[in-house]
Amino acid sequence: MKSAERFSSPLWRDRSMAASALAEMEQLCSAAAERTGGRINIMEVCGTHTMAIAASGMRRLFPKELRMLSGPGCPVCVTSQGDIDLVLALAAVPGIIIATFGDMLKVKGSNGLDLNALRAEGADVRVVYSPLDAVELAASEASREVVFIGVGFETTAPVVAAALARAKKRGLKNFSVTAFFKLVPPALDLLLSDPTNRISGFMLPGHVSAIIGLAPYRFVAEKYKVPCAVTGFEPLDILTGINMLLKQIVAGKPEVQDEYFRAVPEGGNPAAVKLMGEVFVTSDASWRAIGTLKKSGMALSPAYASFDAVKRFKLKRSDAPEPRGCLCGKILLGKALPPDCPMFGKACTPSSAVGPCMVSSEGACAAWFKYGN
Amino acid sequence: MKGPEKILLAHGSGGRLSRELVEQVFLKSFSNPALEPLEDSAEVKAGGTRLAFTTDSYVVTPVEFPGADIGRVAVCGTVNDLAVKGAVPTALSAGFILEEGFPMALLARITASMRKAAAEAGVPIVTGDTKVVEKGHADGVFINTAGIGVIPAGLRLTSAAVRPGDVIIVSGNLADHGVAVMNARNRLGLEGGIKSDAAPLNGLIRAALAASGGVRAIRDITRGGLATVLNEVSGACGLGAELEEESIPVSAATRSACALLGLDPLYVANEGKLALFAAPAAADKILKAMRRHKYGRNAAIVGRLYREKRPQVRLKTAIGGSRILLMLEGEQLPRIC
Repeated sequence: MKSAERFSSPLWRDRSMAASALAEMEQLCSAAAERTGGRINIMEVCGTHTMAIAASGMRRLFPKELRMLSGPGCPVCVTSQGDIDLVLALAAVPGIIIATFGDMLKVKGSNGLDLNALRAEGADVRVVYSPLDAVELAASEASREVVFIGVGFETTAPVVAAALARAKKRGLKNFSVTAFFKLVPPALDLLLSDPTNRISGFMLPGHVSAIIGLAPYRFVAEKYKVPCAVTGFEPLDILTGINMLLKQIVAGKPEVQDEYFRAVPEGGNPAAVKLMGEVFVTSDASWRAIGTLKKSGMALSPAYASFDAVKRFKLKRSDAPEPRGCLCGKILLGKALPPDCPMFGKACTPSSAVGPCMVSSEGACAAWFKYGN
Repeated sequence: MKGPEKILLAHGSGGRLSRELVEQVFLKSFSNPALEPLEDSAEVKAGGTRLAFTTDSYVVTPVEFPGADIGRVAVCGTVNDLAVKGAVPTALSAGFILEEGFPMALLARITASMRKAAAEAGVPIVTGDTKVVEKGHADGVFINTAGIGVIPAGLRLTSAAVRPGDVIIVSGNLADHGVAVMNARNRLGLEGGIKSDAAPLNGLIRAALAASGGVRAIRDITRGGLATVLNEVSGACGLGAELEEESIPVSAATRSACALLGLDPLYVANEGKLALFAAPAAADKILKAMRRHKYGRNAAIVGRLYREKRPQVRLKTAIGGSRILLMLEGEQLPRIC
């Protein structure tokens, strides 16, 4: 726990330091707005940032020119409806144990059901805290098939890779995963390649960056001239990260800075990257609201292909439509804010969620709803 | 908007769905004046005496965890439900549903722990029941306890009595119980010695009530955490509540564990903590009395109630921001990354 305290010491929530960071932000923001001739739109790419911003109540302390947009960085939110339907189809296969992170329990399939509902109908769905627990589960339930639901980014993928390596080493034949993993840099590329994007800077995810390091983001600053700051998750991290971005905007010198250097070395975590390289190959991936994006995901490598749950249970992915009237797609792309959605807080609340941005605890809509921004 | 057609786990989480279940199913069937306030225990009259009466069932996996076990929680929970109404606990019952194959030695440890907690609270367990079900039809052991207690003449503690300007006192560090159980259940290996806070609070409440007549209401903070309790009180008294994040006691180890797991300590369960609502002039006296008691050492004033058109619970954050605290929606689940 000592190490965890280093990351979340009370210093990172200090009121007077926050006040001076906010005062600096006020000045930087008006200088930046003068330079760009309007509003400053900073996208926080990661769902954990979305939640941290909402939980600290800092949005109302921001300068009026500054707007924070939530990006495509919440694992559940970016998972396509077709992939969600596959998860639900797996849960309905008799005898299967679904092992999943808790966040997936409430995401609705296109038939309106979620894993919670299937569990009440008798499906065996277990919440695990680590994919390694799912491997242990498979070892102890030798007569059952255990499927771990793999969704998320470069943060969760290495742990799933470790779980698969362990399962392979132990020769477990009853363990498989869904490899619905996504890569963050291709999503940024897609957002920026849209000429109507309004993004003035990216607050980059600390967790993902701790794995991949800074190099994969360089193109954002070099090709698109958009400032980047890898940022931690405490209130002062976030304020400092925003100020780094504003300074880059004011100076007109976009680069990739590392506010979260206590956790993110420039080179990332080479051991984790190596392990991912053994277990996964870069593949096309299907994103909610975006569709299939070339080389934007991770599928199982040939050496691990036998662990693919979708293949093992011969499931077919369908192109299911998004829930009707749901603005999650636009919200993920930073083109709408949660209150812009006519269903927000009315037909769509955390306990009757229509879209995944309300379902996931890291979703932009859930954050806006829960923390009443 | 239509609710779910089957019982979901979230119906038992202590949050909004639990509340809806109680109102739409149980209250609809059982409605009567003693039940309707839906407080921690009901008030009934026997002869000329006002009695507090309550029951609760306990389902915890694992049954033993750092700091407590299902037996201690079962005794403390019921004692606390009586005590928050100011009642002096008179007697408890204990009913056991046991799964075939449950280890006898573990059952003996649990009953010993119950005896110890009951002795600490000064209340006997005077009646009980046992059922055994086939293997697979229960999860080890389920315990139900019920309790009665005598409410002192003239004392009326109720959320409806809370007034604008009243202060909110929390009796100590929040979220330890929920995090300790989660850590044990999932073998998370979190360090920092986080232990369940399960404790009988009748002694602490006696001390607070003796210190001043300014206590308006007391709630024990269990499932759904402080945020849920404050929403319930706010709803009952029609006032808004404002909390100061910095003054809310949470240990460094528990705060770190919550940050790691993506949990909000204000929504995590406790089994030995209460929120006390007091007239502002009485607050210091009550706080001093609570801090002298072993279960109130970290007691703190965390906020106050105020008049508002649309009552809500607000949190002033450490960095000077502010946000609304809603009731717990569904279960608190750990995040993905």
